[in-house]
Amino acid sequence: MNEKLTALLGWIDARFPLTKMYNEHVGQYYAPKNFNFWYYFGSLALLVLVIQILSGLFLTMHYKPDGNLAFASVEYIMRDVPGGWIIRYMHSTGASFFFIVVYLHMFRGLMYGSYKNPRELIWLIGMGIYMLLMAEAFMGYLLPWGQMSFWGAQVIINLVGAIPVIGEPLTLWVRGDYVVADATLNRFFALHVIGLPLILLGLVVAHITALHEVGSNNPDGVEIKKNKGPDGHPVDGIPFHPYYTVKDAFGVGVFLFFFCAVLFFMPEGGGYFIEAPNFIPADPLKTPEHIAPVWYFTPYYAILRAVPDKVLGVILMNVAIFMFFLLPWLDRCKVKSIRYRGPIFKTALAIFVISFLGLGYLGTIPATPAATVVSRILSILYFAFFLLMPIYSQLDRTKPVPERVTCK
Amino acid sequence: MSGEVDKSKRRLLGVAAGAMGGVGAAGVAIPFIASMSPSARAQAAGAPVEVDISKMEPGQRLTVEWRGKPVWILRRTPEMLAALPTLAGELRDPNSEEEQQPDYAKNPLRSVIPEYLVLVGICTHLGCSPGFRPEFAPADLGPGWKGGFFCPCHGSRFDLAGRVYKGVPAPLNLEVPPHRYLGKLPDTKDRIIIGTDPENA
Repeated sequence: MNEKLTALLGWIDARFPLTKMYNEHVGQYYAPKNFNFWYYFGSLALLVLVIQILSGLFLTMHYKPDGNLAFASVEYIMRDVPGGWIIRYMHSTGASFFFIVVYLHMFRGLMYGSYKNPRELIWLIGMGIYMLLMAEAFMGYLLPWGQMSFWGAQVIINLVGAIPVIGEPLTLWVRGDYVVADATLNRFFALHVIGLPLILLGLVVAHITALHEVGSNNPDGVEIKKNKGPDGHPVDGIPFHPYYTVKDAFGVGVFLFFFCAVLFFMPEGGGYFIEAPNFIPADPLKTPEHIAPVWYFTPYYAILRAVPDKVLGVILMNVAIFMFFLLPWLDRCKVKSIRYRGPIFKTALAIFVISFLGLGYLGTIPATPAATVVSRILSILYFAFFLLMPIYSQLDRTKPVPERVTCK
Repeated sequence: MSGEVDKSKRRLLGVAAGAMGGVGAAGVAIPFIASMSPSARAQAAGAPVEVDISKMEPGQRLTVEWRGKPVWILRRTPEMLAALPTLAGELRDPNSEEEQQPDYAKNPLRSVIPEYLVLVGICTHLGCSPGFRPEFAPADLGPGWKGGFFCPCHGSRFDLAGRVYKGVPAPLNLEVPPHRYLGKLPDTKDRIIIGTDPENA
């Protein structure tokens, strides 16, 4: 039997680089041996991607992308389709967990300087994935055709209308009607289930290919490839399989514990994962009392509201996201990891995290005058983190970086 | 024929073929991009709407759907009309200088017949539909409130002529759609058509 399998593998390898690819990306991919907790989130993001594609595929079998049928078809999935409720909640919970995982994954990159030379392109591709994910989530949220779907889309599409001259015709083109309507729902469905996921998958492959080309960073920010043993492998590296497949499998277990807790006991995520007005069918004549985007957009939404001018607000909201793309060039510090960076960067990063979380909270509550003032202060801090980085990252007193990785 | 490759000719042909291909691709893109514009059916749905206003009481508001948007028809009371001129100082565009209404509604009351106000009920900020708050000086909107429309999304305020207040996110007055009355003005005004201009306008 074994001989036959080996022969079959040889037959395939002569025609397709199966063993070669397996070794490059799994069996002989040497990753630093000092990965810590923060290194779970890359593989977890892949897991959530699989959850979303699978659950989404099965939802598509019952969902109707039609302004007159969409809301009822989602309720039909929830009540009448066997197992439909759990598949739908997997998908909606998965959307929020995707952002939790991706935000933690990005924070890891910020802490350990994973965006720096030679990994700028990995970071840029990753940011592309993040932006596509936001578009994907936004379009997906329209599909249940509830009140929040409708008015959320109405507000977000109108943001495009703030662009001078071409704004109005462009919103008309995006909607395909004079208001958010059946045409909008249908095209968002097409983009959500096929257009964006295809690009997303391509970018994920590019992200991992680029990563495996230069090799993984680690909590010490040391390049392990500089220190190779007689076998040609980094002395501080361990093969991805079995070491990190086992570690990541453990991470998957812990992750699924939290995922299932939400899935089974609070699938609406306390009104943050699925907002209450979305259980009312879309009504183009009546706006809900308080509309807020889903939690993962709220930091940018708070920035939009903090600016008293419509066009400037839209510009700053977009610039806030774009800032992440510039990070590899804004940071002038040679040291990668926060472990060996000075107090200024540590303080700046702490302020940034506070401003991001603070804005995220403020974006969920109604805009009172006091909340607006706080939003403005936090918005300034948010931008200061990026814009002052070329200055403070050079001033900082860094500690000496070790030659080899450390294991604590 | 020599073994030498004429690199410059090869480059020229490559660029020319690429450019032709590019033109072709741009041509093919046209129907795809055009397909996302409003279809003939969506444009036809923009047909005018006729509304019976003969049974409207003073102070009453009707909401009808035109082009998928809410359109409000408000029959204003004398008190409401009397309050409007006093607000001019608090408004961004009290005289309707911006093109948010047809010429025949370009007056402080923003209407053809003072009593009747016709508005597209979509906030000029980001497209929510403001709430109708006709009462004077309610607790949540302050003592200066003389009736109007309040947008729940981002707190924009409009008066009972759809004029926007200063210091709110909405930049413009609410839009007055093209509309005309059926019957002889001002005696019989029992029906209104939203979506077309008056014949003499």
